[in-house]
Amino acid sequence: MAGAKIERVAGRACVIRGNDIDTDRIIPARFLRCVTFDGLGEHAFEDDRAQAKEGHPLDDERFAGARVLVVGQNFGSGSSREHAPQALLGRGFQAFVGASFAEIFFGNCTALGLPCVTLNESDLGDLMAAVELDPSQEVVVDLVAGTVSCRAGSVPANLPKAARQQLLGGNWDATSVLLEAGSAIESTASQLPYMSRFGD
Amino acid sequence: MDGARARLGGRLFSFAMSNSAKNLLDKVWDSHTVRELPSGLTQLFIGLHLIHEVTSPQAFAMLRALDLPVRFPQRTFATVDHIIPTESQQRPLADSLAEEMLVALEKNTHDHGITLFDPASGKQGIVHVIGPELGLTQPGMTIACGDSHTSTHGAFGAVAIGIGTSQVRDVLATQCLAMARPLVRRIDVTGKLGSGVYAKDVILTIIRQLGVKGGVGFAYEYAGPVIEAMTVEERLTVCNMSIEGGARCGYVNPDAVSIEYLRGRQYSPAGAAFDRAAKLWLSLASDPGADYADRVEIDGSSLAPAVTWGINPGQSVAVDERLPRLADAPREEQAQLAEAFEYMGLTPGDPLEGTPIDVAFIGSCTNGRISDLREAARVAKTGKVAPGVRALVVPGSQAVARQAEEEGLPEIFRAAGFQWRQAGCSMCLAMNPDKLIGREMAASSSNRNFKGRQGSPTGRTLLMSPAMVAAAALRAKVTDVREIL
Repeated sequence: MAGAKIERVAGRACVIRGNDIDTDRIIPARFLRCVTFDGLGEHAFEDDRAQAKEGHPLDDERFAGARVLVVGQNFGSGSSREHAPQALLGRGFQAFVGASFAEIFFGNCTALGLPCVTLNESDLGDLMAAVELDPSQEVVVDLVAGTVSCRAGSVPANLPKAARQQLLGGNWDATSVLLEAGSAIESTASQLPYMSRFGD
Repeated sequence: MDGARARLGGRLFSFAMSNSAKNLLDKVWDSHTVRELPSGLTQLFIGLHLIHEVTSPQAFAMLRALDLPVRFPQRTFATVDHIIPTESQQRPLADSLAEEMLVALEKNTHDHGITLFDPASGKQGIVHVIGPELGLTQPGMTIACGDSHTSTHGAFGAVAIGIGTSQVRDVLATQCLAMARPLVRRIDVTGKLGSGVYAKDVILTIIRQLGVKGGVGFAYEYAGPVIEAMTVEERLTVCNMSIEGGARCGYVNPDAVSIEYLRGRQYSPAGAAFDRAAKLWLSLASDPGADYADRVEIDGSSLAPAVTWGINPGQSVAVDERLPRLADAPREEQAQLAEAFEYMGLTPGDPLEGTPIDVAFIGSCTNGRISDLREAARVAKTGKVAPGVRALVVPGSQAVARQAEEEGLPEIFRAAGFQWRQAGCSMCLAMNPDKLIGREMAASSSNRNFKGRQGSPTGRTLLMSPAMVAAAALRAKVTDVREIL
């Protein structure tokens, strides 16, 4: 039940510029009318893509087949819908590199084994420019080394310690880890007065 | 009974021993900690799990794939809110996808022995409206729901966290989450709100000042005279939008106001147990002198009705203020501002007051409670919805609808030209038939003004208080409600 160890994601990258890109934009609510996560990939950024005047990066052939998505600040803000990382995963993205991530989106990604690493502003700007100039190059998100590399070189990448440990240890699927607590769960519950309706 | 009382006594004693100047978050966190995980995260016991039809079916499927039972089925409660139509809830639902989701919820809750508040129960409503009104939400609990507005429940002094579907699975399987303990930022709102200024204006102003990502990694503790003077329903509005400021969790310390609200509710303790609970709840409030990672003070007396003009909830102005000018913003923010102006069809530097609107929406987990409807009705009573404006009032729950009916509010709304609907999330996120069309501009009492949020990919949203929405409906434009009240 434990997941695979996620040590590195390597592949071509795609850049979606802009800050505060919310999960409604990543996957509009009308596509949440479903009972599985199947087929969400084709609707990722659907409305942004339709409205992009100069074409959207997801429709740019130069970025086809990208596995790393490079984004700005506070990516994935708003709704907790796990459909958002699922839609991006459905399009082939397996790692995110950005300036910062919204908390629930970050947690949802980690729970799916998808690392979200951050770079400092200047390194991120350089990476975006490098990928846009030459999308054919390989970008490597290396969790062991704690770096993101492209042809121009390697820069330090940040990932909170807990997420790093979960991904490298292959225990990002929290259910199995939480189950290991066994009866300690019931012990904690029994100490909480509301669990016995305050002695009602 | 005696055993339970002894346990309660022991708990009180342990709080007394360990709570030297702790904030509420730390007290609740510590009492719910099962263990520290190798990752450094906390295995946190979740006291109340709320589920709905959108983010739970995949979690139940994962549970089935793992062949695991629901660990504490009596601590999970379900309702249907996002996809439910507000004109006719006749089964089967007209939208076959919505019907499939409701059927899945019925089957999953039935198979696992989970209580479902469906329309036939008379207790259905938006998950964040029914939790408090049924007394399920209580101070000192940890609460999780696969919905970012779970922060709402913090109004009682609960630690309430929005989660994704994999985490819904975690809670179903283990009644626990693996979580990082947030830092706490205390936000004191001082002074006194003026007439026509509401909880919505307080939280919109906080988000504007601290930014939409300012709260990442924090829980917000709302305090100070303005918050203390608020009713529970107003506090629910404030806590609801914590996530719009990036804070996954927001709370108000328990006090006499929250305790009185809970007295006599279906899932509240009763009799002597209630008195014991009340004593414990009060002891959970942050101690004087508790440490905070950060503190912010906001002058409540200076606040005016707030209205968003852009495409995130941090982009707001006071109704009598002009829209920002690009040149006044830091260079690195100008492109984002320009994008917002272009999407909204508004002009930098213009007044927002007077901006024409096409649709007025009163409802949502932010502002769909009885006090919201009363304030909107006060305004609705003074006139008629302007020709060409489509105006909807959607109660947050069946209980809110019944209370409104008892008070004659639907008649007031209908007489003014508003549509009176049935309970649900409705046009807040438009997963049901209530949607904007084309580039319609909505005055909305909901929580998000994201691009396309209200169901049309090019639709536009101006967030404001319910009274301000009603005022906008009467005049077909953004209006300072203080001129009417």
